[in-house]
Amino acid sequence: MMELVCPAGTPAALRAAVDAGAHTIYCGFADETNARNFPGLNFSRDELAAGVAYAHRRGSKVLVAINTFPRAGSEQLWHRAVADAKTAGADAVILADLGLLAHAADHHPELRRHLSVQAAAANPDAINFYASTFGVRRVVLPRVLTVAEITAINREIDVETEVFVFGGLCVMAEGRCSLSSYITGKSPNMNGVCSPPSHVQYVETRGELAAKLGGYTIHRNAKDAPAPYPTLCKGCFHSEDKTGYVFEDPSSLDAKDLIPALAKAGVTALKIEGRQRSRSYVAQVVRSFRGAVEAVAAGRPVPPGTLASLTEGQAATTGAYRKTWR
Amino acid sequence: MQLTVGPNQFFWDAALWRDFYLRLADEAPVDTVVLGELVCSKRLPFYQTHFPDVIERLQAAGKSVVMTSLALITLKRERKLTEELVDMGLEVEVNDLSVLPHLPAGAAFSIGPLVNVYNEGTLGWLAARGARRICLPPELPLASIAILAGAAAVPVEVWGWGRLPLAVSSRCYHARLHDRAKDNCQFICSADPDGRAVDTLDGQKFLAVNGVQTLSASCANAAHQLPGLREAGVASLRLSPQADGFIEICKLFSDLIDGGIDAETLSANALPQAPGGQYADGFLAGIAGVDWSAGKGLAVVG
Repeated sequence: MMELVCPAGTPAALRAAVDAGAHTIYCGFADETNARNFPGLNFSRDELAAGVAYAHRRGSKVLVAINTFPRAGSEQLWHRAVADAKTAGADAVILADLGLLAHAADHHPELRRHLSVQAAAANPDAINFYASTFGVRRVVLPRVLTVAEITAINREIDVETEVFVFGGLCVMAEGRCSLSSYITGKSPNMNGVCSPPSHVQYVETRGELAAKLGGYTIHRNAKDAPAPYPTLCKGCFHSEDKTGYVFEDPSSLDAKDLIPALAKAGVTALKIEGRQRSRSYVAQVVRSFRGAVEAVAAGRPVPPGTLASLTEGQAATTGAYRKTWR
Repeated sequence: MQLTVGPNQFFWDAALWRDFYLRLADEAPVDTVVLGELVCSKRLPFYQTHFPDVIERLQAAGKSVVMTSLALITLKRERKLTEELVDMGLEVEVNDLSVLPHLPAGAAFSIGPLVNVYNEGTLGWLAARGARRICLPPELPLASIAILAGAAAVPVEVWGWGRLPLAVSSRCYHARLHDRAKDNCQFICSADPDGRAVDTLDGQKFLAVNGVQTLSASCANAAHQLPGLREAGVASLRLSPQADGFIEICKLFSDLIDGGIDAETLSANALPQAPGGQYADGFLAGIAGVDWSAGKGLAVVG
């Protein structure tokens, strides 16, 4: 059966995901060392140890994402996170930074290393480089590849691949995007945030509601229409004579129907995005996808059943997995 | 402080491309020129026949010539292009880490601004691997630059001028804006030699698109931060090519470095040529990248 890798932003979400059938949980420490550094989210050292114990008792694994790029002069914060993940009993750490990978390989060689999507390793040369140089055992593929390309990559590498199947969708190659820091000063790479709530404003003028990020208008809607969150690559903009979603519609990823193709492509694990989500959301998505991977393992079709109500109230897309997206 | 001309990010007519670099060789007071295709592998066949002429002229003018890799390598054809690039025997600027395993032992290479070098560990690892020069990512603040330049065993370069490369995707925004599939783009990005502006619905200058790349609408200008960058130990400034007035920009930066003009004069004289018509240097200040210091220089805080 394909491994289902599920998000947990809180200890309660971790337990909910385990109970709902997650094979593996990923989470992070409550600081800038992980790419979902939101207020009120993530784990203390003690919470992680308790979460690992809970998961292990029920046969689930726990991965710790330490996937921002350490700040110059403060690398010890990230080094300590790796050491503490090991102490808490984590089954692997998910890393993106070259220097941090080298540190982990040198100082914690027995601690399993996964390559974060934030490293955007998009071809076999990159993946084989991380595997042979730092002993990386699994690579989370960036959301820029088609299923055919993933198939071809798996033929040329010896490590496991993990791909996103549900939740938020980056339009850009992950870990290689400074749009958020250009507009707000806070970036995924440096601060673990994108389009942060601290820089969001909703401004009403002339019967319309503008959703702004860092003072820039990302959406403008009639004031009684639902106001989408101003994620800056999913806004509506002008470009010369065109007005529209220049980068991406306000959509989120749902690749459930592609699970058989991804299995055939040699993918080991399926990842659900959403450490910022509630435990009930996590439980619902995990149950649905657990049913799907069990069906595919048994040679049955993916059960119908819609998660439409969970896709940010927005359209679902299969993103880059289909070539026409490009 | 040296000057490096980064790779042209845009898609220009081949004859214009050639003329741009021949003139650069003859007239621009710069030390290093990075050639090649950074953004889209489909553009390369149109102008690569001019490489030998341009390389020869640049080298004859005493300039170091470096060949860039692509920023995002996914296709088999693009991996093959990377091998051919390495075979040219010139220094390679790595802008995607998957180039590293293609480099034979002892091959000359440097690290471009699209590789994530945020800390001493990564910088040291790449220097130990043999990188000759490391251009830091544009989003780094001066405080980080100072730590890295201080720790580096190799010259460190910083983005000095031009629209900032902010993101790369597998989706082509030029094709999308023209309702075309990427495979049938008909090279429409060539219509926008400095990128295509993307404004907000309230008319604010926001970003610019260039094929699969997203850039800043504003033109980065590090002139006012030169004293801080010098104090930090930065070895070179990177100037990014633009269609018009680029030789003049190179001369202005050379004059600034030599003390012939001040940053205010540079900024005033260069503004008519700045893509987007406005400046930004907020990344260096550690605030929003789009912000402009309007002449306030930063000090390196120890």
